[in-house]
Amino acid sequence: MSSTWMTTRAWLLMLPLLVVMVAVIGWPLVDTVNLSFTDAKLVGTGGNYVGFDNYTNMLSSSNFSRTLVTTTLFAVISVAAEMVIGVLAALLLNQQFHGRAVLRALMILPWALPTVVNATLWRLIYNPEYGALNAALTQLNLIDAYRSWLGEPGTALAALIVADCWKNFPLVALIALAALQAVPRDITAASLVDGAGPFNRFRFVILPYLAGPLMVALVLRTIEAFKVFDIIWVMTRGGPANSTRTLSILVYQEAFSFQRAGSGASLALIVTLLVTVLAVAYAALVRKTAGSAA
Amino acid sequence: MERRSPAFTIFVYVCALLLAAIILAPIAWLFIMSISPAADLAAKPLRWWPQAADFSRYQTLLSTAENSAGAAFTSSLRNSLEIAGMATLAALALAIPAGWAVSRTPAIGWSLSMVIATYMLPPVALAVPLYMGLSHLGLLNNVFGLALVYLTILAPFTTWLMKSGFDSIPREIEAAAMIDGAGLFQTLRIITLPLAAPVMATSALFAVLLAWDEFFYALLFTSDQRAKTLTVAIADLAGGRVSDYGLIATAGVLAALPPVLIGLVMQRALISGLTSGGVKG
Repeated sequence: MSSTWMTTRAWLLMLPLLVVMVAVIGWPLVDTVNLSFTDAKLVGTGGNYVGFDNYTNMLSSSNFSRTLVTTTLFAVISVAAEMVIGVLAALLLNQQFHGRAVLRALMILPWALPTVVNATLWRLIYNPEYGALNAALTQLNLIDAYRSWLGEPGTALAALIVADCWKNFPLVALIALAALQAVPRDITAASLVDGAGPFNRFRFVILPYLAGPLMVALVLRTIEAFKVFDIIWVMTRGGPANSTRTLSILVYQEAFSFQRAGSGASLALIVTLLVTVLAVAYAALVRKTAGSAA
Repeated sequence: MERRSPAFTIFVYVCALLLAAIILAPIAWLFIMSISPAADLAAKPLRWWPQAADFSRYQTLLSTAENSAGAAFTSSLRNSLEIAGMATLAALALAIPAGWAVSRTPAIGWSLSMVIATYMLPPVALAVPLYMGLSHLGLLNNVFGLALVYLTILAPFTTWLMKSGFDSIPREIEAAAMIDGAGLFQTLRIITLPLAAPVMATSALFAVLLAWDEFFYALLFTSDQRAKTLTVAIADLAGGRVSDYGLIATAGVLAALPPVLIGLVMQRALISGLTSGGVKG
């Protein structure tokens, strides 16, 4: 069979997917770019061309810089915590003990719980009047009076990060565990004979096997944390006093609550650009890690 | 296996218990809230274990009496099932031919890379035009409209999974069938697709889970019982003025049940699907 025909046939089989992707992703993205240069409202006619006004207004607003800081804090702290706790849990699950298979099966639960259900669950746990956290801390004499964990700017973001970590660290643990089980036994045995301590064994023998898969998990989790919307919307809607407002929440408010489609679009594209830069930088890092591990 | 000191063994068990408690406590509490009488949940000090299990909330939510809390819940349950089912079928219909084509013809692989790169796009970057487009087509607050939008998430992911699946089926088997005189579509139908059945099942499960979990587009594009999904219904309950927290917890348990069961039963397949990206880098 000729290779031109093979390629043509492949394109034909690819065509339905490409047509749908252009319709539901390609066209909307182009339209968002167009909108971002106008003062269009969400409803009504097209709006007028305003050049880069939306972009300069957005980038110079204090709302944007504060939201960028909040998003970065959320992403960096929650992803870092998920990585550390996930790897520790994987190291534990890689040990031999009774009930290990059951515990490993349980790890799938937080991951399988829908994000909105997770957010609702933690909202109930943090409830200022009847929540389990207040009850537990009071009964343990750790706090004197019930607190509004999601209602105080000082604790709301931390409370969100805990809820996000609880749902996502098991995924990191399962990925790390799969990688740990690929470490050849004789290598760890040899390092033991050579007298390597636990820390050196982890650093020089085990970590190189973990590095590749963990980098991929790190990239995917960071991108998702940067785009975060669901958990924050359900738990705090960006409040109190905008202390948990992330970039996606800000775009939602701009485009849908205030119906400013044009400036919402420009902000959405700024977020897209940030995520793309992050992803490209990470991809380079992944390639480097994969190269050094091989 | 190296010998472990007794102290280390104890340490391992303590850590294992701690991990189990961290994982289980919130989930167990969600279930306990759903069967505790409202008075127990509002008691101070909080009653951690109900005096008598009360399953009436499950009955309330699953009843279909008109204008009840149950009617809103069951309609959102039905919408979620319909939308997840339609979007999954459509995604597979696109993903199977495309995944096979890319697997057998690497020259066009870059087009799949482009499709997958859309994963980086935050949904907010597409939301405004999609809103205007659906509104123009009369598909706002419509299960077909939402299922169509879900293809933005489901189709790239299932295509990528199907492509990896076809990669592991040797093309020599297909070549042998063709030498025996089978045409392309006959070969695919008799040889390739049956071999790819497990991958198709895994892809379908992932797609259902993704659609079941989706919240952002559902929040934007639906407004009442005709199309509201479970996630939106639960967010409504959680954000509204419902005085019985047990009812919110019950809705959460019911919404979590299908994906949790899928997760437990399909553990092995799901984990290999999740980690294959990591292992291949």
